[in-house]
Amino acid sequence: MTPHPGGPPGEGVLAALAAEHRGRLMALARDVALPGGTRIFEEGEKADRFWIIRSGTVALDVHMPGRGRVVVETIGAGSLLGWSWLCPPRQWHLAAETRDPVRAWEFDAAAVHDLCAEDTALGLSLVTVVAETIGDRLRATRTRLLDLYGPPGPQGSGPVP
Amino acid sequence: MTLTPLSYRVVDRRDETHDTVTLVLDPAADALKPFAPGQFAMLYAFGVGEIPVSVSRLADGHRLTHTVRAVGAVSRALCGLRIGGWVGVRGPFGTAWDSAAAHGNDLLVIAGGIGLAPLRPLVDAVMAEPHAFGRLNVLAGSRTPADLLYQDEFPAWEKPFAAVTVDRPANGWTGRVGVVTTLLHEARFTPSDTVAFVCGPEVMMRATARALIHQGVRPDRIRVSLERNMRCATGHCGHCQLGPLLLCRDGPVVGYDQAEPLLTVREL
Ligand SMILES: Cc1cc2nc3c(=O)[nH]c(=O)nc-3n(C[C@H](O)[C@H](O)[C@H](O)COP(=O)(O)OP(=O)(O)OC[C@H]3O[C@@H](n4cnc5c(N)ncnc54)[C@H](O)[C@@H]3O)c2cc1C
Ligand code: FES
Repeated sequence: MTPHPGGPPGEGVLAALAAEHRGRLMALARDVALPGGTRIFEEGEKADRFWIIRSGTVALDVHMPGRGRVVVETIGAGSLLGWSWLCPPRQWHLAAETRDPVRAWEFDAAAVHDLCAEDTALGLSLVTVVAETIGDRLRATRTRLLDLYGPPGPQGSGPVP
Repeated sequence: MTLTPLSYRVVDRRDETHDTVTLVLDPAADALKPFAPGQFAMLYAFGVGEIPVSVSRLADGHRLTHTVRAVGAVSRALCGLRIGGWVGVRGPFGTAWDSAAAHGNDLLVIAGGIGLAPLRPLVDAVMAEPHAFGRLNVLAGSRTPADLLYQDEFPAWEKPFAAVTVDRPANGWTGRVGVVTTLLHEARFTPSDTVAFVCGPEVMMRATARALIHQGVRPDRIRVSLERNMRCATGHCGHCQLGPLLLCRDGPVVGYDQAEPLLTVREL
C-alpha cells in the first residue's frame, strides 16, 4: 500500500519526514497544476524529477505491443510519483498520465541529490521514505499477482478452504 | 429445524457477472428464522450437495437473497437454477456483522471480490439508520471491472462514500487500479473512532487489517469473515475448525484481534 492519506504538505509521504527536513525539502518544491490527460513522463526517458501529489489521480502505465497502454496502478493525494531518479539507470520504468486535474509539488532530482549530500540525515530520511513507497508498491503488486479474486484452483491462486 | 433443509423456491434470479448469480428464495411452507447481516445458510442443490452461502440482502418477511459465485459442482448447480427451481435451505448460522457495536463510529466496509455479498446487508442496515453512525465508507476491490458486483447500487452508496479499485483494468476503465487498501486514503474516517468490516480472500483481509492497524484502528474494532469448509454448520463435525474456533458457530465474523494469530500460522 502506498502511504498517501491527505493532500497538503504535512500529510502522506511528507508526513514521514521530520519538520526540519520537510522544510528544507519543500524549499526546493515547485507548485505545478496539470490538466487531466497530461502525459507527465514516458517509459525510458531520463528520470530527472519527481512529484508529491497534492490532489487528483495519476495513472502509471506500461506499453504492451499490440495492446497499447496498460494501466498498472493509480496513485493519489499524498503519494510519491516517481522514484526512478534515485538509482541508476535513472530512467522511468513506467509512464505516467494524469487521470483528472492534478496539483503537485515538483522536485528537481539533481537539486534534491545535492541537498541529500549536504545534509546526510535528511538524505537518509528521504531515502527511507522512498524505500517505504517502493516496498508498499512491491507488496501491492505481489498481492495482485496472486490473482486473489480470480477463480480458485490451478489457474488462479484464489482462496481454498 | 437447522438439521433438516426446508424447501425454498427461486422466485427471482439475476446474473451479476459472468460467473455470479443472485437468487431470491421464498419458503414453500415453513420458513427459517430471520437472518442477520453476515450470517449464512446451508444451501442444498438437489442431488448435488450442500454449501454455505451468506445472505446478501435481508428483506421483510421470510424471503432470502443469496449471491453465489460458480466455482465448483454445488455452486455451479445453484447458479444454474431458474425461476421456479427448488433449493433446500438450513440456517441461520454463524455470527453477524455486529453493527450495533459500531453505533456512533465511522464505518469502513471493505470488500474483495465476492466478499461484497455478505457485506451488502450491513450496508443496507447502516444506510437505513444513518444517524446512528458516523461516516460510512464502502471500499471494494475487484479483479476486473466486469467482475464488480452490484454495479447499479454504487451510486446510492456514493452518497456516503464508495470507491472501487480493480487489479486489471479493461479498455475504457477510468477508475482506480491497485489493491483495495489504496482506497483508504480517500475514505473519510477517524481511525480512533472507526469500526471496520472486512470480507474477501484471507490475504486481502490480512493486508487490509495491517493497513488499518498502521493507520490507528484497533484490532478488536476490525471484523473479518473467515471461511472454512463447512458440513454440519451446527458445531458438531469439526470440519470448520480453525484453532480453538469452530467457524460455523464462533464465526464466520470474528474480531481481528482473535483472527490474526490464527491466520498467520502455517497449519493448525
Ligand atoms: C460462511 C461462508 C459463507 C460463504 N458465503 C458465500 C457467498 O455468499 N457466496 C459465494 O459464492 N460463496 C460463499 N461461500 C463460499 C462457498 O461456500 C464455496 O464457494 C462453495 O463451498 C464451493 O463449493 P462447490 O461445490 O461449488 O465447489 P467445490 O467443488 O467444493 O470447489 C471448487 C473450487 O472452489 C474452491 N473453493 C471451495 N470452497 C471455497 C471457498 N469457500 N472459497 C474459495 N474457494 C473455494 C475449491 O478449493 C475448488 O478449487 C461461503 C463460504 C463460507 C464458509
Ligand atoms: S461445519 Fe461442522 S463443526 Fe462447523
